[in-house]
Amino acid sequence: MLARIKEFLGMEAKPKEEASQQEVEKVAEEEKAKPRIGYIHLSGCTGDAMSLTENYDILAPLLTEMVDIVYGQTLADVWYDVENNPYAIDDMPEMDLVLIEGSVCLQDEHSMHELLKAREKAGLVVAFGSCAATGCFTRYSRGGQQANPRHESFVPIADIIKVDLAMPGCPPSPEIIAKTVVAVINGDMDYLQPMMDLVGYTEACGCDLQLKVVNQALCIGCGTCAMSCQTRAVTMTNGRPEVNSDRCIKCGICYIQCPRSWWPADRIKQDLGL
Amino acid sequence: MVLGTYKQIVHARSTDKQIQKISQDGGIATGLLCFALDEKIIDGAVVAGPSDEMWKPEPTVALSSDEILAAAGTKYTLSPNLWMVKEAVRQNGLEKAGIVTIPCQTMGLRKMQSYPIGVRFVADKIALDIGIFCTENFPFESLKTFITAKAGVNFDLVEKMDIGKGKFWVHTADDVISFPIKETHGYEQNGCKVCLDLVSELSDISTGSIGAPDNWSSVLTRTEPGETIFSQAVDAGLIETKPMDEGKFGLEMLTKLAKSKKEKAMKEIDQRKELGLPVPYKASSEKEDPLANV
Repeated sequence: MLARIKEFLGMEAKPKEEASQQEVEKVAEEEKAKPRIGYIHLSGCTGDAMSLTENYDILAPLLTEMVDIVYGQTLADVWYDVENNPYAIDDMPEMDLVLIEGSVCLQDEHSMHELLKAREKAGLVVAFGSCAATGCFTRYSRGGQQANPRHESFVPIADIIKVDLAMPGCPPSPEIIAKTVVAVINGDMDYLQPMMDLVGYTEACGCDLQLKVVNQALCIGCGTCAMSCQTRAVTMTNGRPEVNSDRCIKCGICYIQCPRSWWPADRIKQDLGL
Repeated sequence: MVLGTYKQIVHARSTDKQIQKISQDGGIATGLLCFALDEKIIDGAVVAGPSDEMWKPEPTVALSSDEILAAAGTKYTLSPNLWMVKEAVRQNGLEKAGIVTIPCQTMGLRKMQSYPIGVRFVADKIALDIGIFCTENFPFESLKTFITAKAGVNFDLVEKMDIGKGKFWVHTADDVISFPIKETHGYEQNGCKVCLDLVSELSDISTGSIGAPDNWSSVLTRTEPGETIFSQAVDAGLIETKPMDEGKFGLEMLTKLAKSKKEKAMKEIDQRKELGLPVPYKASSEKEDPLANV
């Protein structure tokens, strides 16, 4: 299974034929304890969960053979509520890893409670998607709207709890989700390191391209930021990024993909077989 | 290893007369892309195509040999080719995209492929990356300034620009003017100063004029797909090769220039670290090989 996912992702530079059925079965047999995964949905649009499910080719075996989804409303119909809800379970189960989608609303007691509980129950907390990691477009919230006009202040979850891994993106790509899952299962900390470092990147904005790259004499006008922008807020003018702030959702992807923000040289060489 | 990991290094040129006529040196990038397109190894390519303004390239998705030929030749200014990669995959629906990149762009491309954090289903659509040697790049206004002020040539009359033998060459219909490449220093963009890569160490195939005789290119094949495509083009007779000149004006020159770019960049990187300025690379004290692109 693992080999099949890796092959699908091109994670290892080896000829396709090698990932034979035999090898797939062998690796599948080697799988022992399946990690217990939770999925918590705070203030996000479910786009991150949608992106996860876009791994069509590997999703069913991933969910059934490789992990146990032990908690989550959308993915497992298992959820917990302090208010004695007859459909809810009594307490949040222990989890090896919990994916948290969405920023947290400071005025939403239920979300705050669930978030704090998740930190208590999970070994690893992943800020899944830009809303959880950087606040993303919920940063623009000013309250005064239905269903609850009091819900005004949305912050990245790392503002409230200790986060172990951040996977930004609006949404994160299906590939990075699958690659991260594989890395977690393999204990491949080298691959995960950049995402551990990104935990601290909670105040993101398209203007980071100007502040952290152009202003720092690092921009080379390659256009990676403009390609990466998920809302087409970035264009290139005279070889420098130009950010349309009306379109920017503060997801952080432009700066994260920039080759001058961080540089995973060893991994790239490994992936290319160089 | 200042030239990065490679499988073979040779001199090569396109055998196509039309390509020879319009290309910068050996016509390797143009020739390989045309070959790959004909053979359906790629279904299009992102190249530095022409824009409304002379000598100001525009990242373009080329879908035919004609469009690839229209982009032949070096433009010594910025063309954010990566910008068009998602466009090529989404708008043009390319499944096997080719792309021509200079080293910094190769790095952006490869980082996106290894960590496609916010880039959905693009990484797997890149079939061929041809990396071009690059010592430094110039903002368009810089280029204009030194062509008009130093070479004294009306910008609109320029037919070809070239760097070689320590000089910047400007060709017009009836004249060839040159000035020492040293005089372009101070006009290059700042971001180039920390760049440790002259030869596109992470491309599938790297090519450039450095170390090659006139009208030939130096070529390094690096990845499996790169080696395969290059060999196929040679076998098909579209590219001819000859052994790399190991001497002073060949491999020695390429190695020397690649090394000196790295040494200069490392000095700048170390200096920036001391000043507390951000830089994505390690200080020389932090890495085993002080010249590695890490």
